[in-house]
Amino acid sequence: MTLLQLEKVSRRYPIGNPVFGLRSFLTAVDQVSLEVRKGETTGVVGESGCGKSTTGRLALGLEQADSGHVLFEDKQLAAADTREWRAKRQRMQLVYQDTLAALDRRMTIGDLIAEPLVIHDIGDRASRQQRVLDLLYAVGLSEHHRALYPHQLSGGQRQRVVLARALAPSPSLLVCDEPVSALDVSVQAQIVNLLVDLQQELGLGILFISHDLRVVRHVSDRIVVMYLGQVVEHGRADTVIDQPMHPYTQALVSAMPKLPGGFDHYLPLPGEPPSPTERPSGCPFHPRCHLAKDICRQTQPELLPLGPERRVSCHLVSNP
Amino acid sequence: MQKKSRIDLPTLFASLWLCLMLLIAAAAPLIAPHDITAMDLRDRLSPPFGFGGTTVHLFGSDDLGRDVASRLYYSIRTSLLIAFGATVISVVVGTAIGFLAAYFRGLVEHFLLLLIDVQASLPFLIVALAMLAFFGNSLPLFVGLMGLYGWERNARLARGLALAAGAQGYAGATRQLGAHPLRIYLRHILPNSAATLLVAATVTFPEIILVESGLSFLGLGVQPPMTSLGVMVGTGREYITRAPWMLLSPSIVIVLTAVAVSVVGDFLRDKLDPTLK
Repeated sequence: MTLLQLEKVSRRYPIGNPVFGLRSFLTAVDQVSLEVRKGETTGVVGESGCGKSTTGRLALGLEQADSGHVLFEDKQLAAADTREWRAKRQRMQLVYQDTLAALDRRMTIGDLIAEPLVIHDIGDRASRQQRVLDLLYAVGLSEHHRALYPHQLSGGQRQRVVLARALAPSPSLLVCDEPVSALDVSVQAQIVNLLVDLQQELGLGILFISHDLRVVRHVSDRIVVMYLGQVVEHGRADTVIDQPMHPYTQALVSAMPKLPGGFDHYLPLPGEPPSPTERPSGCPFHPRCHLAKDICRQTQPELLPLGPERRVSCHLVSNP
Repeated sequence: MQKKSRIDLPTLFASLWLCLMLLIAAAAPLIAPHDITAMDLRDRLSPPFGFGGTTVHLFGSDDLGRDVASRLYYSIRTSLLIAFGATVISVVVGTAIGFLAAYFRGLVEHFLLLLIDVQASLPFLIVALAMLAFFGNSLPLFVGLMGLYGWERNARLARGLALAAGAQGYAGATRQLGAHPLRIYLRHILPNSAATLLVAATVTFPEIILVESGLSFLGLGVQPPMTSLGVMVGTGREYITRAPWMLLSPSIVIVLTAVAVSVVGDFLRDKLDPTLK
């Protein structure tokens, strides 16, 4: 069952000076389509600045799409900061990367976890206390953490608190924006496994945004690879990682460390990702692509289906 | 981790002083030995007890033979009332306007910022003189007018704090949870800004005492027969060489109270911040 569906969603930000008619637009997210099913995880990977986080915010309705539709449980999202939108927050929650910033440092962990319950008027005082306690245990913390303040916890513990807070109103969709990027590798593994366990237990749909292919592969059923605001490859997690089709995905996958023996065929990507304000002509990836041909420089490839649940946006793959 | 916070010596003295002031303000009619308007022309400008004076006038008497101690107690009462009332108004109004500007952005924000700039560019004394000339003088009006003092600074500060809080994660995170903006502002941004606003208030407080003194000195503040610290300093100024106690006793009260308020404010700021425990 499809929980969340993005249909050709775009988001542009105005930049430059609006007074002298020099206003131009930065397209952060360009015609992105993806879906998250109930109980499954869709991973979004890409370099910094490729529009991953904006996609997550669009999915939650924290930002309005300039074009396209965001459907949550088959209904279009209400405009941000309206009553319906606020009520909907209960069903969809965000897990943050910067946990110290996301938690109000003047509130205790117990109050922080109880806050979504208070906001959505769930239960009474006693049942909220019980729920907070259940959530603390569910994310691997204990009762004594309830009276502590965020700065008294470690990064991994804080991430657990953020997770507990997101789970408090029993959402059906979780958007995880780089939830483990700020953590040590060993703690990353704990949090990721916790997430997977909780998903199985609660049947959550998760949109998992990360730049770390290893983590995304571990948690995801489906993977969306983004480059410069566009989806360049989409498919089942194992097929995308094991048989990447798009040259960009191939480069990303080749940069994943493997045990034992390090990198197999490391394909270094020359240069920096281009600025979204100066979008290259044709395929946005062609200046860095070692296979680029004339057609890549002139026309933009479309995201074409290629086998079941597989879509790739590359001239060389669709008509070699 | 929960270290027991100890009160240091300056804070102790400052809070004792403030308690004493509040006590005097509350109990002025009970502890004043004389009526504040009772004149004794044969006993004019008598020095305080211990400086050649008698226990009849503990802090001496003024140019009309009125008891300085009694007048001081009543002055503390008036001045504290004005200063506390006005500080509260100034901080509340300023914070509300600052938060509104930060919340609405756009046209509303520009309008409020314009208002702030207008207030900041007008000397407050001129505004106060004009208002008092138009509306006459009464204590509630005077407190309200003093409340206009410094609101624009507090408004700027509150707006900046709210914008900074919005840029930090927790305000956005609470919005994402589905909280009403009122909740975000009152339950999250306000407590997080409280420390800074409190310090701003402790700066505003002595300034209001000084402005009140200035206006009273000009004859536009507290009207006789009522008395305030400013009125006392104003009249005492003329006798500074012959009877310095007339000026010194209210001045010492002003200085000590101003210092005490800022010391206690600092202490409260640290106390309110759980990360500093």
